[in-house]
Amino acid sequence: MAKTDSLQGSLDLLVLKILSRRPRLHGYAIMSAIADMSGDVLRAEEGSLYPALHRMEEAGWIRAEWIRKDTGRRARIYELTAAGKKQLAAEESRWQVVTSAVNRILRTV
Amino acid sequence: MSLWSRIANVFRGDRVNRELEEEFETHIAEAVEEGRDAAEARRALGAPAQQLQECHDIRVIGWLDSLRADFVFGWRQLKRNKVTSIAAILSLALAIGACTSAFRLIDALLLRPLPVAHPEQLYVLSRKGMGFDNKLGEWDSWAYPNFRLMRTAAKGQAELIAISYTNRTDLTYKTDVEMEKANVQHVSGWIFSTLGIKAAAGRLFTENDDLKPGAEPYAVISYDYWNRRFGRDPQIIGRTFRFGDGVYETIVGVSEKKFTGTEPGVVVDIFTPTMMHNCVTRSDCTWVRTLVVMKPGVAIEPLRQKLAAVSHAFEANRLSGETGLSQETLHNVLNNQMLMTPAGTGASEMQGEYSRALAALAVLVFMVLLIACANVANLMTAQAAARAREMALRVSIGAGRWRLVQMVLAESALLGFLAAAGGALFAFWSAPFVVSMINPPDNPARLILPADWRVLAFGVVLTQAVVLLFGLLPALRTSSVKPVSVMKGGDDPHSRRRLMHGMIALQVAFCFVVLFVAGLFVTTFERLSNKPTGFSADRLLLLETTSKPAQSSIYWNEVAEHLRAVPGVERVSQAGFALLKGYGWNDSISVNGGPPSVDLAYFLSVSPGWLETMKIPLLAGRDFRDRDNRPDAAIVNETFARKFLNDEHPVGRIFEKASDDGGRERLEVIGVARDAYYSGIHGPMLPVVYIPFKAAPIDGQTFIVRTASSNPLALASTLRREVSRTRSEFRVSNVMTQLELNQAQTIRERLLATLAFFFGAVALLLAGVGLYGVLNYSVQQREREIGIRMALGAQVGDVVRPMIGGLCLSVMMGAGAGLALGLASTRYIESLLYQVKTTDADLLAIPCLMILATLCFAALPAIRRALRVDPVSMLRAE
Repeated sequence: MAKTDSLQGSLDLLVLKILSRRPRLHGYAIMSAIADMSGDVLRAEEGSLYPALHRMEEAGWIRAEWIRKDTGRRARIYELTAAGKKQLAAEESRWQVVTSAVNRILRTV
Repeated sequence: MSLWSRIANVFRGDRVNRELEEEFETHIAEAVEEGRDAAEARRALGAPAQQLQECHDIRVIGWLDSLRADFVFGWRQLKRNKVTSIAAILSLALAIGACTSAFRLIDALLLRPLPVAHPEQLYVLSRKGMGFDNKLGEWDSWAYPNFRLMRTAAKGQAELIAISYTNRTDLTYKTDVEMEKANVQHVSGWIFSTLGIKAAAGRLFTENDDLKPGAEPYAVISYDYWNRRFGRDPQIIGRTFRFGDGVYETIVGVSEKKFTGTEPGVVVDIFTPTMMHNCVTRSDCTWVRTLVVMKPGVAIEPLRQKLAAVSHAFEANRLSGETGLSQETLHNVLNNQMLMTPAGTGASEMQGEYSRALAALAVLVFMVLLIACANVANLMTAQAAARAREMALRVSIGAGRWRLVQMVLAESALLGFLAAAGGALFAFWSAPFVVSMINPPDNPARLILPADWRVLAFGVVLTQAVVLLFGLLPALRTSSVKPVSVMKGGDDPHSRRRLMHGMIALQVAFCFVVLFVAGLFVTTFERLSNKPTGFSADRLLLLETTSKPAQSSIYWNEVAEHLRAVPGVERVSQAGFALLKGYGWNDSISVNGGPPSVDLAYFLSVSPGWLETMKIPLLAGRDFRDRDNRPDAAIVNETFARKFLNDEHPVGRIFEKASDDGGRERLEVIGVARDAYYSGIHGPMLPVVYIPFKAAPIDGQTFIVRTASSNPLALASTLRREVSRTRSEFRVSNVMTQLELNQAQTIRERLLATLAFFFGAVALLLAGVGLYGVLNYSVQQREREIGIRMALGAQVGDVVRPMIGGLCLSVMMGAGAGLALGLASTRYIESLLYQVKTTDADLLAIPCLMILATLCFAALPAIRRALRVDPVSMLRAE
């Protein structure tokens, strides 16, 4: 099945939303979560995930922390900050506006 | 928050990268755990280096990161050329430190506004014109009654404050034996409220504390004195002390910390009302400075005219009764002009005496700084040349011009800031050191030298300017490198050499000026200190002694007799005051009943034998004798005999001492003494009359003791005790040696000579290092050419000439410019010089010879290097 990886600038929204539901995930888990929850329809491009994560961290929306996993390997896990929650709300409403606009067009045409 | 973490990340870039790599590895491991192929997962993640770079750029500020990299690289460059870097840093540090130090001194003495409410409204009154001694001058001292009239006249437009000169006085908090010195200043009661000064403890004076002469025995002490003398003891309020002359005063308060008086160079310990001064009612005694505090919006000139009119009327009235003055003097004195000068930075003697000297030093120091900058610029240029290939490589792989400028400037900045740190240390130490060199006996200068934002700002601006000055040119030059020409094996070396030769010319010019001016100062000091004083200061101890109440000569002689019995004492004589102490006592002279002379004669009371103690030879006649009993006897010096008696058989001649009030005193010359300097050695020899002590009681004399040991001060405490033991009414208020007084005459000249000599040596050294560097560089650049020419049979001279020739030309041009600059500058420092003709051949020749010698010395290693070039190995290397 063809997977669409063009998230059209909605990667931030997805990451923030996932972290709001399930805090303290590492990068791979976030990627898997996007795939799982979208029923394998959406897939974050692995190459663009980490720059996005670091960008959001520098913006102060999420914060990172190193934990040691059972395997002994260290993993960098992320969680939402207060600013991130606000940002999520803003992104969500923006997304709603855009999708409803797109839907309106699809319905009328 | 985010900006801060990005800045912080700049300085832990490695750690950021390590963590990114680890995160990527975890990602791959997770993928493998899920059953994906490791290679496939890596491919999906993308090129690791690119990922890393992308994330790294997000985590750090790019320009800051590259700047950091430049600094790290610059630091490595500096470390690589350790010796040259240290030399550059030290020379710059010295120059920056000296400049900052000069700024601190000038700022503290001349620029810093007084810490008062409105310093810009402060003015000081002075008079300019012919004085009573028939010499041109400017005076800022006023009689108190005159001050009062002027204050009343200015009411509503300005407030006038009377402030006496600071007097270093004996006083005691306990008994007479525990006398100590303090700087005492008499001030108007309203000074503190007018200047907006608050009390740190107790209360300050008001106008009510300054009403009745002699009836206001209150003192306000300065915070500095409170801290230094009493450790800020709050119990000090209400304590009483007694002046050496017996007046008691009670401390009522402490003034604010920031206020140390209105005289930069002197820190006042005790303020006391003007009414406590014994001259306060006298019209013929000028002893206060007059500060004018203008009301806002009042014009200066009309007020000045008003005050001048009041003062003129006062003087005319006062002098109308003085029949002892010549008409010419009277006319001259009344024609003095009143000046009103801004005094926002205070008014002090030290300002007048040292402003020009400090300015001259500052200019010298600034030139040394420019020399050091030129040196470092040349050094950087030479290094840039050595790095031309590296730069070409950087350009060819895409480095921008600005990026290269930034790289070289970073190195300069690093050098600059290291030098600035060293310079700050140097300035921290050197400015107080210079002030401590201004140390007349018993009254050393104290200049408040705060290291505040003014000094900091000056230091920062100076460092920035220096970095740009020595860094920008080489940086621009480096950045304009053309890879093609470098790859071809050498760009145009001449342009670079032109720059360096220009710098050398600049250095030589400034070096010449510094050496020339230093020569002037050193010669001045030499001439002054080798000038014969006319007496011998060898082993002379001076005991300034007071008696309370005043005692007749018999008792003074009794004390002297006792002192003669002390072991180690050779001779004891007395005088009204010591020679070269700076005191003077003058009156007009009338010969053959004529009118009072315009020129004044100077007087000194001395005991019999004083001439011999001072080793001043008698040229004719005889000395005073113990049993003379002739109050009209006088011994005159040669200048007096020449000026007033036409040098015709002076002994036995009669003349009259004409006082201002018309009183005449008949004197007969019994001897002529050789000329000796009286109050100072700078001016011409004064006509002096030595007369015996009067029979009336005397409250102060100076015992002049010639000791057997070469260190007269060793006897000081014994003699001090002996004076009080002989008669309890006598007390030594001050002990010093005649040598100290003689040396105090040339304090400013010694300061200038020492510092100018030091900076001259530094300038020469720096110029030498600069010359050496440039020559060495040009040999390095031409090694190949030299090798080929030597292989073809060139002579030594042929090889060396082109290298030296260009340099000699720039040295000569520099010396010429320096000569012109030096000669032009002497106009501004003429007042600091003494009997030095700026056109003296040796004064011009010495700097030339020194620079020439330095040039030769600096050139030798480079020439040797050139001659050692081995043609074979040089050609093989190419």
